[in-house]
Amino acid sequence: MKGIAHKFKDNIDTDLIIPARYLNTSDPVELAKHCMEDADPDFVKKVSDGDFIVGGENFGCGSSREHAPIAIKAAGISAVIAKSFARIFYRNAINIGLPILESKEAADQIAEGDEIEVDLTTGKIKNLTKNQNHQAQSFPEFMQSLINAGGLIEYIKNLRSHGGGPK
Amino acid sequence: MPQTITEKILAKHCGKKEVHPGELIECDVDLVLGNDITAPPAIKQFNLIGVDKVFDPDKIYLVPDHFTPEKDRKSAEQVQMMREFAKKYKITHFFEIGCVGVEHALLPEMGAIKPGDLIIGADSHTCTYGALGAFSTGVGSTDMAAAMATGKVWLKVPEAIKFVMNGKLNKWVEAKDLILYVIGLIGVDGARYMTMEFTGDTISNLSVEGKLTMANMAIEAGGKNGIFEADGWKSDKDAHYAKVIEIDCSKIEPQIAFPHLPSNTRGVSKSTDVKIDQSVIGSCTNGRIEDLRVAANVLKGRKVHKDVRLVILPATQKIYKQAMKEGLFEIFMAAGGVITTPSCGPCLGGHLGILAEGERAIATTNRNFVGRMGHPKSEVYLSNVAIAAASAILGRIGSPEEL
Repeated sequence: MKGIAHKFKDNIDTDLIIPARYLNTSDPVELAKHCMEDADPDFVKKVSDGDFIVGGENFGCGSSREHAPIAIKAAGISAVIAKSFARIFYRNAINIGLPILESKEAADQIAEGDEIEVDLTTGKIKNLTKNQNHQAQSFPEFMQSLINAGGLIEYIKNLRSHGGGPK
Repeated sequence: MPQTITEKILAKHCGKKEVHPGELIECDVDLVLGNDITAPPAIKQFNLIGVDKVFDPDKIYLVPDHFTPEKDRKSAEQVQMMREFAKKYKITHFFEIGCVGVEHALLPEMGAIKPGDLIIGADSHTCTYGALGAFSTGVGSTDMAAAMATGKVWLKVPEAIKFVMNGKLNKWVEAKDLILYVIGLIGVDGARYMTMEFTGDTISNLSVEGKLTMANMAIEAGGKNGIFEADGWKSDKDAHYAKVIEIDCSKIEPQIAFPHLPSNTRGVSKSTDVKIDQSVIGSCTNGRIEDLRVAANVLKGRKVHKDVRLVILPATQKIYKQAMKEGLFEIFMAAGGVITTPSCGPCLGGHLGILAEGERAIATTNRNFVGRMGHPKSEVYLSNVAIAAASAILGRIGSPEEL
């Protein structure tokens, strides 16, 4: 996947990603219209399909609203690269199939507007503008299997079709 | 191997003798919780799994508390979805208006939480129940959906930080100040992915309400869970901690968290030049009866400043009734405050007291992020109850000592 980097500071909270005033719906299309609105009111206008969000430390802190990764995914963002992720956001992103990559180096060195290419299977992040390569942290095996399945629901459905999981 | 309370509870729920930090485990859950924001997406995900029943209709709690009484058509439709789901799957604990309250005040009040329980909730403040010796953590809607179907959740065993808190509390210092102080000390990601275990003389002397207030805000330091000893559930003497932090609580004054992070704390004595437009007393952090008594104690015989709106939200119907019985409402109303129905309301910018551009509120709630209580250019200052009440009278941030 290839796209432009949109950079954000440390501690981007879920109220910045999708303010609660829009949480009277969980429709991805509606949520996407207000993605990152209070951090950058023009964000939605600037984003093209396949672009990346590049955050700092503790990206996605605050509330447990899954609407946050849903809004980001529906806005056309292909993956979020950050120095670190808040715990619930990290789970939610994996569960709904929004790719996330943790790399301090990449998050530090990528600048706003840089063109980025990411290989999700290897975790390699290429900065095409600066001609730099970065390696994201790999996921534990179990999480990788959730990611490979396309999220938690698909993972459980696969288990069930093989005779495991709830009846 | 010696274990922490958290490790003991996790081990018990995954059928192991002991667990170790970093280990990925699959646990049985004792209770699954969702609200009117998080349950509707969970229901959509549940429907995709293709099961025809929930794992246990008595262990799922659906609490439409965030926008209750439903503030608009769309939020009414969200609750409608919950109501229909509850009926279809015969879920015992769905709460209509008349019995609904703020989830993290309501469940402990009902006796739904027991020490040693493992609880997940699609609400980040689910960590509140650690006050009662339970392992309790926030998850998203998909995790909630999976747990409703399977009765299970996967978890990474967290590392732990032990906070040893000793010393006598100064006048007007509440449990809220202890947790704000801790968050100020370690930062909003200081306990990211970790357990925050609270112990020491100061902690032993706290009321259950105080412990609920502290555990509630563990998430504001990035914590996975906050936990306190309860009913025989305690950490072994030589249990392993990634860090032990000792705090002399006698040196803490009431804390104010300035915009826009809960870690941006200062003592109230260094915060007295901040004018306010609104004071909010309530929420899952500070909307219990003990809190309302503190507010009444400060407001009694006094008047709210002419430029300030005082909004008081008792967290549950039971608290509402008790406060009414004790005559607290007369004190609040004589002072010029309003009392609303139990709801999360303004805490997350839902309704019942939203801020306009440029306005400032002092609030006993738990978050002061950009736009949290309304306009993106409004501001929220977090405090304890006595300070929020005193500030309503002063028209600026200040202490009851100044009245």
